[in-house]
Amino acid sequence: MPRGDKSFTIPFQISEDLTLPKVLMETAKRYGDAKVAMREKEFGIWRPITWSHYLENVKAIALGLVSLGLKRGDKVAMIGDNRPEGLWVEMATLSVGGIAVWLFQDSLMDEVAYIINHSDAAFLVGEGQEEVDKALSVHGKCPFLKKIIWDDPKGMRDYNDPLLVSLKEVMDKGRELDRQDPGLFEKTVAQGKAGDVALLFYTSGTTALPKGALLSHYNLLTMGQNMMKVDPCTPDDDFVSFLPFAWIGEQMMSISCGLQVGFTINFPEEPETAQENIREIGPHVMFAPPRMYEQMTRTVQVKHLDSTWIKRSIFNLAMKIGYRVADLRFEKKGVSWAWKALNGLAYTLVFKKLRDHLGLSRIRNAYTGGAAMGPDHFRFFHALGVNLKQIYGQTEIAGISVLHRSGDIKFDTVGTPIINTEVRITEEGEIISKSPSVFLGYYKNPEATNKTLKDGWLYSGDKGFIDEEGHLVVFDRTKDVMILSDQSIFSPQYLETRLKFSPYLKDAWVIGNEKPYITAVVCIDYAVVGKWADEKKLNYTSYQELSQKPEVYDLVEKQIREANKSLKPVAKINKFINLYKEFDADDEELTRTRKLRRAFVENRYQDIVRALYEDRDNIHMDTTITYEDGRVIHIKTDLHIRELSK
Amino acid sequence: MSSHELGGVLLKVDDISMFFGKVAALSGVGFDVREGEIHSIIGPNGAGKTVLLNCINGLYHPQKGGIFLDSQEITPLRPHQRAQLGISRTFQKIELFRGMTVLDNIRLGRHLHLKSGILSGSIYIGKTAREEIKTREFIEEEIIDLLEIESIRDKTVGMLPYGLQKRVELGRALALNPKLLLLDEPLAGLNLEEVEDMARFILDINQEKRWKVTCILVEHDMGVVMDISDRVSVLSFGNKIATGTPSEIQTNPQVIEAYLGEEDLYATRR
Repeated sequence: MPRGDKSFTIPFQISEDLTLPKVLMETAKRYGDAKVAMREKEFGIWRPITWSHYLENVKAIALGLVSLGLKRGDKVAMIGDNRPEGLWVEMATLSVGGIAVWLFQDSLMDEVAYIINHSDAAFLVGEGQEEVDKALSVHGKCPFLKKIIWDDPKGMRDYNDPLLVSLKEVMDKGRELDRQDPGLFEKTVAQGKAGDVALLFYTSGTTALPKGALLSHYNLLTMGQNMMKVDPCTPDDDFVSFLPFAWIGEQMMSISCGLQVGFTINFPEEPETAQENIREIGPHVMFAPPRMYEQMTRTVQVKHLDSTWIKRSIFNLAMKIGYRVADLRFEKKGVSWAWKALNGLAYTLVFKKLRDHLGLSRIRNAYTGGAAMGPDHFRFFHALGVNLKQIYGQTEIAGISVLHRSGDIKFDTVGTPIINTEVRITEEGEIISKSPSVFLGYYKNPEATNKTLKDGWLYSGDKGFIDEEGHLVVFDRTKDVMILSDQSIFSPQYLETRLKFSPYLKDAWVIGNEKPYITAVVCIDYAVVGKWADEKKLNYTSYQELSQKPEVYDLVEKQIREANKSLKPVAKINKFINLYKEFDADDEELTRTRKLRRAFVENRYQDIVRALYEDRDNIHMDTTITYEDGRVIHIKTDLHIRELSK
Repeated sequence: MSSHELGGVLLKVDDISMFFGKVAALSGVGFDVREGEIHSIIGPNGAGKTVLLNCINGLYHPQKGGIFLDSQEITPLRPHQRAQLGISRTFQKIELFRGMTVLDNIRLGRHLHLKSGILSGSIYIGKTAREEIKTREFIEEEIIDLLEIESIRDKTVGMLPYGLQKRVELGRALALNPKLLLLDEPLAGLNLEEVEDMARFILDINQEKRWKVTCILVEHDMGVVMDISDRVSVLSFGNKIATGTPSEIQTNPQVIEAYLGEEDLYATRR
């Protein structure tokens, strides 16, 4: 059951001298070895790292970087999975006045080269062989790159490029420098100012080349404090860091909030074990994009399809109670004692176990943001008693500006502004915001900066309005709003999220702007539909073949009919096509945070779009797919078009 | 691939012959395996490759000739005695306990090195506890990490896809902490990506400072064999016809003749 927010006040007063490394030093002094700062699961065992151990490592790396020639204002690019070493290097960079640039782990070579060059990073810190390979293959194009630092020795035995240096060597150099010049680290940290640039973060950009947003220590510190005033965390809380460090949401939780509050950050063993590791930790607070929650819902739905009749019946009954109670709470109506009692029973019988399996047994606040999330998912988690909240923000405001308050959740809104944050709507309907966390500007891009920053207001490019209760409602990116045949405005994302509530559908792309009717391009979930097909004894050898089975079309049609329910006729999906592959960030169809790049797919699949609005029942595709390692596969196939009978 | 230094002779197969009835599966086969090398044994189907592996690990006892490990004769020893001396193997047909988890299968591979008896084992103190801790660390910290199977650690082997079972099989063999690892067609039945992974694991096991295991590899995928082997021996109808570096073998006229009509000598999946 959701518990009340505990109160805890961050013991730091923001001034023009306060920086993140100073916060780290203070916290390490306060807790020493008495409290665990981080935990990493390694070799099957959770290994704790205390605050003083954390600081020691940061200090060694920081001085090591100095002895390699890092100067104040130099950029250090970083790429790798979520591990303690990642945060150490980041904090080390900040400690000596450097600027941290994080790259997404699955970035392609061109993106890596572009960001290293654009940021003129002097150092690249990669986790292991994979990252080193990437770095070595682009370093010819990156004249500013001085050293490539690696950490995991696996597979690195035959690498002897003089550009390479191991993190261990860096730390040894750092310890050596510390012996020669004791107090250097403390002195360097003391020189930092709140206004110094801390992060140079590249926004994924659904449309153009990535832009580098400059964020100061002040931006990050105020972000953490203002957010923690709304939903306080305590030093006893646990947080699991499993989303890319290159995502501002992860920085906000791990650094802006985590460091100031002093809660424990847990790192999964491997990305593939994250879900299992979350369950072992049972975090108190969680921030993830909708995909993560959609995946959890899918897991439950699939297990539900698989279980016995009696279990299904108990689950269905409990969910009915949960939904009823959640709806009463959404409508801010009182929940009678009878319903409370029933809900308590449902919790004991079903929700408690279910939440434990999802790793949500101790969760106090779960946040979602970065993309739209459907009302169906929202209701699902609230029915389980998980306090899921929508947030709204962007990299340029160091994380978030708007957030749902406990007990005041409306799933068509993103909530109300956090402390010290003002949100307005311009005459054109654009959302603008002002807060101490608004960024300094884009690196080497005054034109974009001028467009985005006016009189201290951050112009988001998003459209929206503020409703009668003061909640912000965000339409999709301006160009993502559809005008239907009856001239009404409609959000394709709304329909897409409804479709994605079906466990069988992994992705959907809804088309219909200024078109006579609405259509959808659907990507089935290979695992779930594959299993369904196995049970139906359908033969298939590939995603492509499975997606084109008439039986699968029937299944998808059923899901679309379900999503179409309760929509007005012009807003109903009329035709659909099953795509022969899943949308993929490597094919540039999704951003690295897995948002659909609508303009791109419209261009890439223009033949499909055209066919959906012609009178025909299939289309021939002849296309290529590029894999992460550069392999290119040619695909030729016929795709069926299915019209939903009225 | 012979970029690293090879040591002295670790295994000596001295003129061994193996008959089944009157059929000679091996006749007078002899070669040396040097410490630190990946020594591949290739040959057309029925050439006697698996029989040779069976002789080395003691499943079969050759009627003639001798086998020496570190100059010590092991010909009369039984398989478990050879295992204790540091010879471990994987099987062409996966030999795992399908109903047990990945971790338990790997632990079982280690079982030979547990010395405490039933009595002391039932009292979990002293030697037993120390041994358990050491074994647990050994298995978890290294094999699972090396083979990147963290996410399937607690899964039942029978539920896993074939490619992963092959990996577990390798982990089970490695748990013995062997000096010499016999790999019987570790790549058979794997897809391209799995082959690349497995080849990398074999190289890691052979070259990483922690392992440095000498490997004898029986394999049909010539692309991988020629890529990763230090030396290759060729069998044909029970006779060894050549031993040499991959490039020597590829140009050896006798070898080419032996493979006549079989196109897979240079066939590769890449």
